[in-house]
Amino acid sequence: ESVDTQQTAFLLRKAWTLYSVTPLYRFRRARLRNYALLLSASIAAEAQKGLAVEVGVEMGIKVALSSLAELRGSDLDQPALLVQLSSRPQASSRNSEGKLVWLGCFCSMFGDDLSENLPEGFTSLPLFLSHGAERYTSLVGSWFQKTFDCCFRRLAISPQNLSWMVAMWAGCELDKAASAVELIFSVPRLAQPLDISYAIHPEDAKALWDTVQKTPGEITQEEVDVFMDCLYAHFHRHFKIHLSAAKLVKVSTVVASAHCDGIVKILHSQYLPGVLMLLTELAISQIQ
Amino acid sequence: HLATSLPLPSERNHLRPRIDLVVFMIDIKSKYSLKNVETSLAHVDASFFLGKVCFLVTGVGRVNACSIETNAICKLGKAYCSPVLFCELELEGIRVTTAQRLLRMLQICAGHIPGVSALSFVSLMRNSDDD
Repeated sequence: ESVDTQQTAFLLRKAWTLYSVTPLYRFRRARLRNYALLLSASIAAEAQKGLAVEVGVEMGIKVALSSLAELRGSDLDQPALLVQLSSRPQASSRNSEGKLVWLGCFCSMFGDDLSENLPEGFTSLPLFLSHGAERYTSLVGSWFQKTFDCCFRRLAISPQNLSWMVAMWAGCELDKAASAVELIFSVPRLAQPLDISYAIHPEDAKALWDTVQKTPGEITQEEVDVFMDCLYAHFHRHFKIHLSAAKLVKVSTVVASAHCDGIVKILHSQYLPGVLMLLTELAISQIQ
Repeated sequence: HLATSLPLPSERNHLRPRIDLVVFMIDIKSKYSLKNVETSLAHVDASFFLGKVCFLVTGVGRVNACSIETNAICKLGKAYCSPVLFCELELEGIRVTTAQRLLRMLQICAGHIPGVSALSFVSLMRNSDDD
Protein backbone atom coordinates (compact mmCIF):
# COMPACT_ATOMS: atom_id res chain seq x y z
CA GLU A 1 0.00 0.00 0.00
CA SER A 2 2.98 2.32 0.10
CA VAL A 3 2.79 5.18 -2.33
CA ASP A 4 6.05 6.67 -3.62
CA THR A 5 6.33 9.80 -1.51
CA GLN A 6 8.42 11.76 -3.99
CA GLN A 7 5.88 11.43 -6.76
CA THR A 8 2.95 12.32 -4.56
CA ALA A 9 4.54 15.06 -2.47
CA PHE A 10 2.70 17.65 -4.57
CA LEU A 11 -0.54 16.58 -2.89
CA LEU A 12 0.63 17.63 0.55
CA ARG A 13 0.06 20.98 2.25
CA LYS A 14 -2.18 22.38 -0.48
CA ALA A 15 -5.84 23.29 -0.16
CA TRP A 16 -7.65 21.03 -2.64
CA THR A 17 -11.23 21.57 -3.75
CA LEU A 18 -12.92 18.22 -4.19
CA TYR A 19 -15.31 16.99 -6.83
CA SER A 20 -16.91 13.66 -7.60
CA VAL A 21 -16.61 12.63 -11.26
CA THR A 22 -18.72 10.04 -13.05
CA PRO A 23 -16.78 7.53 -15.19
CA LEU A 24 -15.10 8.88 -18.33
CA TYR A 25 -16.25 7.45 -21.64
CA ARG A 26 -13.71 6.55 -24.34
CA PHE A 27 -10.74 7.90 -22.43
CA ARG A 28 -7.48 6.58 -23.89
CA ARG A 29 -4.25 6.82 -21.91
CA ALA A 30 -2.21 6.71 -25.12
CA ARG A 31 -3.75 9.96 -26.33
CA LEU A 32 -2.71 12.20 -23.43
CA ARG A 33 -0.56 14.45 -25.66
CA ASN A 34 -3.45 14.88 -28.03
CA TYR A 35 -5.89 15.67 -25.22
CA ALA A 36 -3.46 18.27 -23.85
CA LEU A 37 -3.42 20.06 -27.21
CA LEU A 38 -7.22 19.95 -27.47
CA LEU A 39 -7.65 21.27 -23.94
CA SER A 40 -5.12 24.00 -24.59
CA ALA A 41 -6.98 25.04 -27.72
CA SER A 42 -10.27 25.03 -25.83
CA ILE A 43 -8.86 27.32 -23.14
CA ALA A 44 -7.45 29.68 -25.74
CA ALA A 45 -10.79 29.73 -27.54
CA GLU A 46 -12.58 30.70 -24.34
CA ALA A 47 -10.06 33.50 -23.87
CA GLN A 48 -10.74 34.77 -27.37
CA LYS A 49 -14.45 34.89 -26.58
CA GLY A 50 -13.52 37.48 -24.01
CA LEU A 51 -15.04 35.52 -21.14
CA ALA A 52 -11.85 35.41 -19.13
CA VAL A 53 -10.73 38.45 -17.18
CA GLU A 54 -7.03 38.30 -17.94
CA VAL A 55 -7.11 37.73 -21.66
CA GLY A 56 -3.36 37.85 -22.05
CA VAL A 57 -2.78 35.09 -19.54
CA GLU A 58 -5.29 32.69 -21.05
CA MET A 59 -3.69 32.91 -24.47
CA GLY A 60 -0.43 31.80 -22.97
CA ILE A 61 -1.62 28.73 -21.08
CA LYS A 62 0.29 25.52 -21.57
CA VAL A 63 -1.44 22.26 -20.73
CA ALA A 64 0.27 19.06 -19.65
CA LEU A 65 -1.50 15.77 -18.98
CA SER A 66 0.32 12.90 -17.34
CA SER A 67 -0.40 9.60 -15.66
CA LEU A 68 0.73 8.92 -12.14
CA ALA A 69 0.89 5.15 -11.82
CA GLU A 70 2.02 5.33 -8.19
CA LEU A 71 -1.12 7.14 -7.12
CA ARG A 72 -3.67 4.38 -6.79
CA GLY A 73 -4.81 1.90 -4.19
CA SER A 74 -4.60 -1.44 -5.92
CA ASP A 75 -4.07 -2.71 -9.45
CA LEU A 76 -7.83 -2.61 -9.87
CA ASP A 77 -7.66 1.18 -9.66
CA GLN A 78 -6.89 3.31 -12.66
CA PRO A 79 -3.59 5.21 -12.38
CA ALA A 80 -4.18 8.82 -11.42
CA LEU A 81 -4.39 11.50 -14.12
CA LEU A 82 -2.63 14.77 -13.54
CA VAL A 83 -3.56 17.99 -15.37
CA GLN A 84 -1.15 20.91 -15.13
CA LEU A 85 -1.78 24.39 -16.43
CA SER A 86 1.21 26.68 -16.60
CA SER A 87 1.67 30.12 -18.04
CA ARG A 88 3.89 30.28 -21.08
CA PRO A 89 7.27 31.77 -20.20
CA GLN A 90 7.66 35.42 -21.11
CA ALA A 91 9.96 36.13 -24.04
CA SER A 92 12.22 38.14 -21.77
CA SER A 93 12.36 35.51 -19.06
CA ARG A 94 15.41 33.32 -18.79
CA ASN A 95 13.35 30.56 -17.28
CA SER A 96 12.19 28.14 -19.96
CA GLU A 97 9.59 26.59 -17.68
CA GLY A 98 6.34 28.45 -17.21
CA LYS A 99 4.84 29.11 -13.81
CA LEU A 100 2.32 26.56 -12.58
CA VAL A 101 -1.06 28.30 -12.33
CA TRP A 102 -3.45 25.42 -11.82
CA LEU A 103 -3.30 21.77 -10.87
CA GLY A 104 -5.92 19.06 -11.19
CA CYS A 105 -5.77 15.40 -10.24
CA PHE A 106 -8.21 12.62 -11.08
CA CYS A 107 -7.68 9.57 -8.91
CA SER A 108 -9.17 6.39 -7.56
CA MET A 109 -7.92 4.94 -4.27
CA PHE A 110 -9.51 1.51 -3.74
CA GLY A 111 -12.50 2.59 -5.74
CA ASP A 112 -13.54 -0.97 -6.61
CA ASP A 113 -17.17 -0.32 -5.69
CA LEU A 114 -17.53 1.81 -8.76
CA SER A 115 -15.04 0.25 -11.16
CA GLU A 116 -15.98 -3.40 -10.86
CA ASN A 117 -19.35 -3.19 -12.61
CA LEU A 118 -18.50 -0.71 -15.33
CA PRO A 119 -19.57 -1.40 -18.89
CA GLU A 120 -16.98 -1.41 -21.71
CA GLY A 121 -15.32 1.84 -22.64
CA PHE A 122 -15.58 3.56 -19.26
CA THR A 123 -12.68 4.65 -17.05
CA SER A 124 -13.37 5.15 -13.36
CA LEU A 125 -11.56 8.01 -11.63
CA PRO A 126 -14.21 9.21 -9.19
CA LEU A 127 -12.21 11.68 -7.11
CA PHE A 128 -11.07 14.99 -8.59
CA LEU A 129 -8.86 17.41 -6.66
CA SER A 130 -8.28 20.92 -7.98
CA HIS A 131 -5.91 23.62 -6.82
CA GLY A 132 -5.89 27.07 -8.34
CA ALA A 133 -8.28 29.65 -9.72
CA GLU A 134 -11.92 28.63 -10.06
CA ARG A 135 -12.15 29.85 -13.65
CA TYR A 136 -9.51 27.31 -14.73
CA THR A 137 -11.29 24.54 -12.87
CA SER A 138 -14.43 25.50 -14.73
CA LEU A 139 -12.66 25.57 -18.13
CA VAL A 140 -10.94 22.23 -17.59
CA GLY A 141 -14.09 20.70 -16.11
CA SER A 142 -16.28 21.77 -19.05
CA TRP A 143 -13.82 20.34 -21.53
CA PHE A 144 -13.69 16.98 -19.74
CA GLN A 145 -17.48 16.91 -19.44
CA LYS A 146 -17.91 17.62 -23.12
CA THR A 147 -15.16 15.27 -24.31
CA PHE A 148 -15.76 12.27 -22.08
CA ASP A 149 -19.46 12.67 -21.29
CA CYS A 150 -18.85 12.75 -17.56
CA CYS A 151 -20.28 14.90 -14.78
CA PHE A 152 -18.43 16.89 -12.10
CA ARG A 153 -20.09 17.73 -8.80
CA ARG A 154 -18.64 19.54 -5.83
CA LEU A 155 -18.07 17.02 -3.07
CA ALA A 156 -19.88 18.15 0.04
CA ILE A 157 -18.83 16.63 3.36
CA SER A 158 -21.61 16.26 5.91
CA PRO A 159 -21.08 16.82 9.65
CA GLN A 160 -21.45 13.07 10.08
CA ASN A 161 -18.56 12.40 7.69
CA LEU A 162 -16.46 15.12 9.29
CA SER A 163 -16.99 13.37 12.65
CA TRP A 164 -15.64 10.16 11.15
CA MET A 165 -12.62 12.00 9.84
CA VAL A 166 -11.73 13.71 13.09
CA ALA A 167 -12.16 10.46 15.08
CA MET A 168 -10.06 8.51 12.59
CA TRP A 169 -7.32 11.08 12.20
CA ALA A 170 -7.12 12.04 15.88
CA GLY A 171 -6.40 8.41 16.60
CA CYS A 172 -3.45 8.17 14.23
CA GLU A 173 -0.03 7.34 15.61
CA LEU A 174 2.10 10.46 15.83
CA ASP A 175 5.85 10.41 15.69
CA LYS A 176 6.56 14.04 16.42
CA ALA A 177 5.00 17.09 18.02
CA ALA A 178 1.55 17.45 16.58
CA SER A 179 -0.76 20.39 16.15
CA ALA A 180 -4.02 20.61 18.07
CA VAL A 181 -7.15 18.76 17.00
CA GLU A 182 -9.58 21.50 16.10
CA LEU A 183 -13.30 21.36 15.40
CA ILE A 184 -15.12 24.38 14.06
CA PHE A 185 -18.88 24.71 14.51
CA SER A 186 -21.27 27.14 12.95
CA VAL A 187 -24.27 28.12 15.03
CA PRO A 188 -27.47 28.30 13.01
CA ARG A 189 -30.36 30.71 13.17
CA LEU A 190 -28.59 33.68 14.72
CA ALA A 191 -28.77 37.28 13.53
CA GLN A 192 -24.98 37.41 13.37
CA PRO A 193 -23.29 34.16 12.27
CA LEU A 194 -21.29 32.65 15.10
CA ASP A 195 -18.40 30.23 14.73
CA ILE A 196 -17.14 28.20 17.65
CA SER A 197 -13.64 26.78 17.53
CA TYR A 198 -12.91 23.86 19.86
CA ALA A 199 -9.24 22.96 20.10
CA ILE A 200 -8.04 19.81 21.87
CA HIS A 201 -4.53 18.76 22.71
CA PRO A 202 -3.66 16.00 20.22
CA GLU A 203 -2.46 13.61 22.93
CA ASP A 204 -5.71 14.02 24.86
CA ALA A 205 -7.71 13.40 21.69
CA LYS A 206 -5.68 10.29 20.87
CA ALA A 207 -5.98 9.03 24.45
CA LEU A 208 -9.76 9.47 24.30
CA TRP A 209 -9.99 7.65 20.97
CA ASP A 210 -7.84 4.80 22.26
CA THR A 211 -10.26 4.19 25.13
CA VAL A 212 -13.20 4.21 22.73
CA GLN A 213 -11.88 2.08 19.87
CA LYS A 214 -12.31 -1.63 20.53
CA THR A 215 -10.60 -3.24 17.55
CA PRO A 216 -7.49 -1.59 16.12
CA GLY A 217 -7.88 -0.99 12.41
CA GLU A 218 -11.69 -1.05 12.63
CA ILE A 219 -13.98 1.88 13.30
CA THR A 220 -17.72 1.69 13.92
CA GLN A 221 -20.37 4.40 13.89
CA GLU A 222 -20.99 3.75 17.60
CA GLU A 223 -17.35 4.43 18.44
CA VAL A 224 -17.37 7.68 16.49
CA ASP A 225 -20.60 8.71 18.28
CA VAL A 226 -19.13 7.95 21.71
CA PHE A 227 -15.97 9.90 20.86
CA MET A 228 -17.95 12.93 19.69
CA ASP A 229 -20.35 12.71 22.65
CA CYS A 230 -17.39 12.84 25.04
CA LEU A 231 -16.11 15.97 23.32
CA TYR A 232 -19.58 17.57 23.38
CA ALA A 233 -20.09 16.68 27.05
CA HIS A 234 -16.72 18.13 28.01
CA PHE A 235 -17.50 21.37 26.20
CA HIS A 236 -20.95 21.58 27.76
CA ARG A 237 -19.55 21.06 31.22
CA HIS A 238 -17.30 24.09 30.81
CA PHE A 239 -19.32 26.43 28.63
CA LYS A 240 -22.93 25.26 28.98
CA ILE A 241 -23.24 25.15 25.20
CA HIS A 242 -24.60 22.12 23.34
CA LEU A 243 -22.24 21.75 20.40
CA SER A 244 -24.37 18.83 19.21
CA ALA A 245 -27.01 21.40 18.22
CA ALA A 246 -24.55 23.32 16.07
CA LYS A 247 -23.25 22.38 12.65
CA LEU A 248 -19.78 20.90 12.43
CA VAL A 249 -18.20 22.67 9.46
CA LYS A 250 -14.49 22.01 9.67
CA VAL A 251 -12.12 19.58 11.34
CA SER A 252 -8.38 19.91 11.55
CA THR A 253 -5.77 17.44 12.76
CA VAL A 254 -2.07 16.89 12.18
CA VAL A 255 -2.95 14.30 9.52
CA ALA A 256 -5.34 16.43 7.46
CA SER A 257 -8.01 19.07 7.63
CA ALA A 258 -11.40 19.03 5.95
CA HIS A 259 -14.15 21.61 5.41
CA CYS A 260 -17.79 20.80 4.72
CA ASP A 261 -17.66 22.66 1.38
CA GLY A 262 -15.36 19.91 0.12
CA ILE A 263 -11.97 21.49 0.73
CA VAL A 264 -9.21 19.37 2.23
CA LYS A 265 -5.58 19.75 3.07
CA ILE A 266 -3.46 16.64 3.52
CA LEU A 267 -0.51 17.25 5.78
CA HIS A 268 1.09 13.91 6.48
CA SER A 269 2.52 11.72 3.73
CA GLN A 270 2.20 8.53 5.79
CA TYR A 271 -1.59 8.82 5.87
CA LEU A 272 -2.06 10.08 2.31
CA PRO A 273 -3.42 6.76 0.96
CA GLY A 274 -5.82 6.47 3.90
CA VAL A 275 -7.17 9.98 3.41
CA LEU A 276 -7.52 9.53 -0.36
CA MET A 277 -9.28 6.22 0.20
CA LEU A 278 -11.85 7.88 2.45
CA LEU A 279 -12.35 10.72 -0.03
CA THR A 280 -12.71 8.25 -2.91
CA GLU A 281 -15.41 6.49 -0.89
CA LEU A 282 -17.27 9.77 -0.33
CA ALA A 283 -16.99 10.62 -4.02
CA ILE A 284 -18.38 7.24 -5.02
CA SER A 285 -21.32 7.49 -2.64
CA GLN A 286 -22.11 10.94 -4.03
CA ILE A 287 -22.12 9.50 -7.56
CA GLN A 288 -24.30 6.50 -6.77
CA HIS B 1 -49.18 22.38 22.20
CA LEU B 2 -45.41 22.75 21.71
CA ALA B 3 -42.73 21.83 24.25
CA THR B 4 -38.95 21.80 23.91
CA SER B 5 -38.63 18.73 26.11
CA LEU B 6 -40.49 16.45 28.51
CA PRO B 7 -41.74 16.22 31.19
CA LEU B 8 -44.28 19.01 30.82
CA PRO B 9 -44.38 21.39 33.80
CA SER B 10 -46.65 19.88 36.45
CA GLU B 11 -48.16 23.24 37.51
CA ARG B 12 -50.45 23.27 34.50
CA ASN B 13 -51.58 19.64 34.71
CA HIS B 14 -55.14 20.48 35.72
CA LEU B 15 -55.53 22.96 32.84
CA ARG B 16 -54.22 20.63 30.16
CA PRO B 17 -56.66 18.92 27.79
CA ARG B 18 -56.32 15.20 27.00
CA ILE B 19 -53.26 14.42 24.89
CA ASP B 20 -54.13 12.35 21.84
CA LEU B 21 -50.85 12.31 19.93
CA VAL B 22 -47.23 13.04 20.78
CA VAL B 23 -44.99 14.00 17.86
CA PHE B 24 -41.29 13.97 18.64
CA MET B 25 -39.41 16.23 16.27
CA ILE B 26 -35.84 15.37 15.38
CA ASP B 27 -33.77 17.77 13.30
CA ILE B 28 -31.38 15.70 11.22
CA LYS B 29 -28.88 18.56 11.38
CA SER B 30 -28.74 18.49 15.16
CA LYS B 31 -27.47 15.54 17.16
CA TYR B 32 -28.67 17.37 20.24
CA SER B 33 -32.28 17.10 19.10
CA LEU B 34 -31.96 13.30 18.98
CA LYS B 35 -30.48 13.18 22.48
CA ASN B 36 -33.25 15.46 23.72
CA VAL B 37 -35.93 13.21 22.23
CA GLU B 38 -34.31 10.11 23.73
CA THR B 39 -34.33 11.57 27.24
CA SER B 40 -37.88 12.90 26.79
CA LEU B 41 -39.16 9.47 25.73
CA ALA B 42 -38.55 8.20 29.24
CA HIS B 43 -41.25 10.56 30.50
CA VAL B 44 -44.00 9.22 28.26
CA ASP B 45 -46.50 6.77 29.71
CA ALA B 46 -46.31 3.32 28.11
CA SER B 47 -49.93 3.46 26.93
CA PHE B 48 -49.04 6.19 24.46
CA PHE B 49 -46.85 3.79 22.51
CA LEU B 50 -49.91 2.01 21.18
CA GLY B 51 -50.09 4.29 18.16
CA LYS B 52 -50.20 7.68 19.87
CA VAL B 53 -46.54 8.52 19.38
CA CYS B 54 -44.75 9.31 16.17
CA PHE B 55 -41.33 10.63 15.21
CA LEU B 56 -41.01 13.47 12.75
CA VAL B 57 -37.57 13.91 11.21
CA THR B 58 -37.03 17.33 9.68
CA GLY B 59 -34.35 18.79 7.45
CA VAL B 60 -33.94 15.68 5.30
CA GLY B 61 -33.78 17.78 2.15
CA ARG B 62 -30.25 18.86 2.95
CA VAL B 63 -28.33 15.60 2.65
CA ASN B 64 -25.01 17.34 3.15
CA ALA B 65 -25.90 18.82 6.53
CA CYS B 66 -26.75 15.46 8.05
CA SER B 67 -25.47 15.00 11.61
CA ILE B 68 -27.49 11.93 12.53
CA GLU B 69 -27.47 8.50 10.98
CA THR B 70 -30.90 7.60 9.55
CA ASN B 71 -30.37 4.06 10.81
CA ALA B 72 -30.25 5.29 14.39
CA ILE B 73 -33.63 7.00 13.94
CA CYS B 74 -35.25 3.97 12.30
CA LYS B 75 -33.95 1.82 15.17
CA LEU B 76 -35.57 4.25 17.60
CA GLY B 77 -38.86 3.97 15.73
CA LYS B 78 -38.69 0.17 15.83
CA ALA B 79 -37.75 0.12 19.52
CA TYR B 80 -40.78 2.25 20.42
CA CYS B 81 -43.16 0.68 17.87
CA SER B 82 -43.91 4.10 16.45
CA PRO B 83 -43.92 5.41 12.90
CA VAL B 84 -41.11 7.63 11.65
CA LEU B 85 -42.03 10.37 9.19
CA PHE B 86 -39.40 12.21 7.18
CA CYS B 87 -39.99 15.71 5.90
CA GLU B 88 -38.35 18.94 4.82
CA LEU B 89 -39.94 21.97 6.43
CA GLU B 90 -38.24 24.41 4.10
CA LEU B 91 -40.30 23.21 1.13
CA GLU B 92 -43.86 24.48 1.31
CA GLY B 93 -45.41 21.55 -0.54
CA ILE B 94 -43.88 18.98 1.78
CA ARG B 95 -44.67 21.12 4.81
CA VAL B 96 -48.35 21.20 3.86
CA THR B 97 -48.51 17.48 3.08
CA THR B 98 -46.79 16.57 6.35
CA ALA B 99 -49.19 18.80 8.28
CA GLN B 100 -52.12 17.07 6.59
CA ARG B 101 -50.70 13.64 7.47
CA LEU B 102 -50.23 14.60 11.10
CA LEU B 103 -53.72 16.05 11.23
CA ARG B 104 -55.15 12.82 9.83
CA MET B 105 -53.20 10.80 12.41
CA LEU B 106 -54.47 13.09 15.15
CA GLN B 107 -58.08 12.65 14.04
CA ILE B 108 -57.65 8.90 14.25
CA CYS B 109 -55.91 9.05 17.63
CA ALA B 110 -58.66 11.31 19.01
CA GLY B 111 -61.26 8.78 17.91
CA HIS B 112 -62.89 11.07 15.34
CA ILE B 113 -62.68 8.54 12.53
CA PRO B 114 -65.16 5.71 13.08
CA GLY B 115 -63.81 2.22 12.57
CA VAL B 116 -60.11 3.21 12.78
CA SER B 117 -58.20 3.50 16.03
CA ALA B 118 -54.64 4.42 16.95
CA LEU B 119 -53.87 0.70 17.27
CA SER B 120 -54.05 0.45 13.48
CA PHE B 121 -50.79 2.38 13.22
CA VAL B 122 -48.94 -0.29 15.13
CA SER B 123 -50.14 -3.06 12.85
CA LEU B 124 -49.41 -1.00 9.73
CA MET B 125 -45.82 -0.39 10.80
CA ARG B 126 -43.56 -1.80 8.17
CA ASN B 127 -40.17 -0.48 7.26
CA SER B 128 -39.49 -0.60 3.50
CA ASP B 129 -36.17 -2.29 4.33
CA ASP B 130 -38.10 -5.29 5.61
CA ASP B 131 -39.54 -5.98 2.17
